[in-house]
Amino acid sequence: MPLNWVLVLTTFLFCVGVYGVLARRNAVIVLMSIEIMLNAVNLNFIAFNGVVGGERLIGQVFALFVIAIAAAELGIGLAIVLLIYRNSFTVSLDEVNLLRW
Amino acid sequence: MDVNLTALLPEIILAVVACGVMTIDLFLPKERRGAAFMFSVVGVLATLVAVLNLYGQNITTLGGMFVVDRFAVIFKIVFCVAALLVFAVSHAYLKEDGEIPHGEYFTMMMFALLGMLTIASSRDLIAIFVSIEMISIPSFVLAGIRKHDIRSNEAALKFFLFGVLSTALMLFGMSLFYGIAGATNLADISENLAGRTDIEEVSLLAILFLIVGFGFKVSAFPFQWWVPDTYEGAPIPVAAFLSVASKTAGFVGLFQVMFLALGSLAGTWRPMFGIIGVVTMTFGNLVALQQKQIVRLLAYSSIAQAGYMLVPLGVASATNTELNTTIVFAVVAYLLVYAFMETGAFASATAFSRRGGGYMVDDYAGMFARSPVLALAMSAFLLSLAGIFPFAGWWAKLVVFQALIEGGGLWLAIAMGINTVVALFFYSAVVKRMFFDRSEVTTAVTLPPVLAGAIGIAALVVVVGGVLPDLFGRLAQNSHFF
Repeated sequence: MPLNWVLVLTTFLFCVGVYGVLARRNAVIVLMSIEIMLNAVNLNFIAFNGVVGGERLIGQVFALFVIAIAAAELGIGLAIVLLIYRNSFTVSLDEVNLLRW
Repeated sequence: MDVNLTALLPEIILAVVACGVMTIDLFLPKERRGAAFMFSVVGVLATLVAVLNLYGQNITTLGGMFVVDRFAVIFKIVFCVAALLVFAVSHAYLKEDGEIPHGEYFTMMMFALLGMLTIASSRDLIAIFVSIEMISIPSFVLAGIRKHDIRSNEAALKFFLFGVLSTALMLFGMSLFYGIAGATNLADISENLAGRTDIEEVSLLAILFLIVGFGFKVSAFPFQWWVPDTYEGAPIPVAAFLSVASKTAGFVGLFQVMFLALGSLAGTWRPMFGIIGVVTMTFGNLVALQQKQIVRLLAYSSIAQAGYMLVPLGVASATNTELNTTIVFAVVAYLLVYAFMETGAFASATAFSRRGGGYMVDDYAGMFARSPVLALAMSAFLLSLAGIFPFAGWWAKLVVFQALIEGGGLWLAIAMGINTVVALFFYSAVVKRMFFDRSEVTTAVTLPPVLAGAIGIAALVVVVGGVLPDLFGRLAQNSHFF
């Protein structure tokens, strides 16, 4: 499979993620969108590894690190969203706006 | 693969102590929970000793991922000292607050510190990414540690969303660079990129992603929106920790990637940093002018300070190593001074927000009559941030100016000069309130000894560093990594 096809796919996935983060107001969906972005990054690393990596699997190892850390990060994220839900009964980002300049 | 345990000793000690404090805290009776503070201080002191032991050495280990050199060691010292100061401030704050769990608080701080120690030594994209996340993830928890306070929740949520988004963008940039250069080690990337002419567009895109990612970490415009909200909602010591330690760590990562890996592309990223730096400081200073609340004022001032530290990158050169050394020297010097004046300012704000004080700038009226020593210390930090002699800030600004002029960035120097004048307005407005305005309240603000000690040390360093700038100068001089 040519590298370009994969890159088009990952860029598309990444843009879907960015759109989700910017446009959706539900905190849980925003978390999912971030996960999509990170998966686009993982695909990128693996695709590049096939082209430039050769014997060394640096790209794949990087993807493993990203997966592990994304899990930790999303765990914290869900905990924060849960806290907000407990305290103010909402997961909508628009309603979380006490702090303003 | 070789593993040099001597080089890793500080990190190992800190990781063990952090896990230890977390475990011990479970078994302590409720009224003894304060012990976590003592354990953490001892642990960080032990780490600091292990770091000092490495001074002057050059060790490369873990297959080139982890390097101990002067640059790394100096920043590790700064991180440890800043963490100790923040611990002291936190001690007073937590006692007053009563709701925040001590064990978890200090454990999280130590895990974040661990990430800072490793980022100073990282010479590989993977290591830099993991270190940044090791700093960020505990910071999210710290920002939201007042679980029942909805403002703290909101601070954590905003910080988290911006932080994770920036990480994803940065990772995309890193993946592109991996694709171009076929390596993640910074030195290998630099080697593989040198002389390539077919990568102009893709490297521009990748650099943009990296700048967005690091821009969030160092709170550069237009990625600074989370800063004031997070600083205001989080406990004040956490805000101090984020504005000093976590921002410094962002700068360290930025330096390593930009100079060690992408030095040959300086022509591409130089103008971006010049523009971002100027806009960041202008925005920070102009918005700070209108702030009524001291933590928000400090937050916007810290955004402006990030701008001062970004502009020197705007005159970096792809070939002139000597100029790059001057630039790194200037920013390292600024970061060293900044660590003390910013921690000091936040510590004084914490002290004043306690019993008898307040959060608003108006509450500072007549503070000199009430607590002269605290008012003097706070003025020293604020004037140092403004860059007034004889406080260390003037010298930090001077070296940045010198680097800008040497690099031919005259318009950057002029922009910075104008900003310094604008900044003087709001810093001196607070000082004026403390010294010349009167208030009905005349009781002194009480200071616990640990907090007073932290403020005293920071004030001493700021004053001595301003009179004898050689002190910082020699430290920063040794930190070149080229």
